[in-house]
Amino acid sequence: MFDFNIVTQWLDTLLMSFLPAWATVLIECVLVALVIITLYAVFAIVMIYMERKVCAWFQCRLGPDRVGPWGLLQVFCDVLKMMTKEIVNFRNTDQLLHHVAPFLVITASMTTFSCLPWNKGAQIIDFNVGVFFFLAISSIGVVGILLAGWSANNKYSLIGAMRSGAQIISYELSIGMIMLAMICLTGTMSFSEICQQQENLGWNIIRGHVPAVLCFILYLIAGNAECNRGPFDMPEAESELTAGYHTEYSGMDFGYYYLAEYMNLFICAGIAATIFLGGWAAPLVPGWEQWNHIMLYVPGAVWFVLKVFFVLMLLLWERWTFPRLRIDQLLTLEWKYMLPMTMTLLVVMALCVSFGFVWN
Amino acid sequence: MNFTLFVTALLTGLGFVGLVTVLAWLLGPRSYNAQKEDPYECGIPSRGRTWMQFRVGYYLFAILFLMFDVETMFLFPWAVVMRSLGPAGLVSVLFFLFILVLGLAYAWRKGALKWE
Repeated sequence: MFDFNIVTQWLDTLLMSFLPAWATVLIECVLVALVIITLYAVFAIVMIYMERKVCAWFQCRLGPDRVGPWGLLQVFCDVLKMMTKEIVNFRNTDQLLHHVAPFLVITASMTTFSCLPWNKGAQIIDFNVGVFFFLAISSIGVVGILLAGWSANNKYSLIGAMRSGAQIISYELSIGMIMLAMICLTGTMSFSEICQQQENLGWNIIRGHVPAVLCFILYLIAGNAECNRGPFDMPEAESELTAGYHTEYSGMDFGYYYLAEYMNLFICAGIAATIFLGGWAAPLVPGWEQWNHIMLYVPGAVWFVLKVFFVLMLLLWERWTFPRLRIDQLLTLEWKYMLPMTMTLLVVMALCVSFGFVWN
Repeated sequence: MNFTLFVTALLTGLGFVGLVTVLAWLLGPRSYNAQKEDPYECGIPSRGRTWMQFRVGYYLFAILFLMFDVETMFLFPWAVVMRSLGPAGLVSVLFFLFILVLGLAYAWRKGALKWE
């Protein structure tokens, strides 16, 4: 398996050879920032195109096909259009909070994005409390959404933001419980160690068998709800709330919410791929020596991206298949069904691990 | 090193939004008239105040969330060292969970989870 540490260490020694330490750190940080922005933008563009095409196929439509071959340039044109629109300030809005909100949403999404393990050694933020850190930072986004809705001085925005807040914090509990169950299995919170373990011992979804598969299914439901999507897009139910919490944003200010929504979906799929499907670990089968040999030639980043897009397809499938829920049904689903189920799964997983009913 | 990178990621997010906003401000047109400043809402003239008392149901869920979120925070360290703690740790955490389930059952019984 290709170890990305070789590249970073080579770069570090190269820079250290002719620069002082502080300059090296500065240059490396700038490089990291550029890498984050590039990956973020590239995957956002891919995902927006993919979402529009896949949704069109689900509804027997063609989707974007006018701008460029197969509509490939559609997203670029959309970005250009948003960039050249005026950012309108309305009367009676809380200007400061209205403009601070996009900062919170994008910063939370970018920081969680840099927690994803792309390859062995290619992970930007790798704390030993990675999962916990991820959960903590991802909940900052909801503050941005609440501020956006409240500061707009628009009734529909306010209702949308309140619904979104209630929904995100509720489903965060399920996500937390599912993560806890998986941590019981792995015994570590660091994303890099979780991946390394899965390369050595097999993917968590197989190691944890029945409880892990159930956790994965519940994670797909809760993940869609966390991203305000799918059957759970009450906050921006366009037939009743115009566009929910971002109705009053114009131009690029609206673009940030659009961007963050898609990237949160990507992050959600990335975490699912890391926790359940092995992250960058190749699909190794004990005993099949030749197969394993070939699989190890493929770089980990390829496996990671493939797995993320597999989970994304599942999430899109879920989104475009089920009808939208009402807000009371949504909260009932979480508090009366998902939360008891995930707590039971946590206990089952803890018992399984304690009594050795998992593959180690 | 990790902390430096964390700060870098934070600053990247802030810087990205700042730069793009400035760029959009430079690229976009600017025009003024009195009607344009009206809130859009749903397209027709806005009526009445927005910032007023809101339904209490959301607040109840927020309080319940707080209870369970703090609980998950306590459970994380246990989950990491679960294998080495053995049966004693498991029993005490099951007891802890039992108390929390009682809390949820109480809220359920009181009708806090009902939306009306």
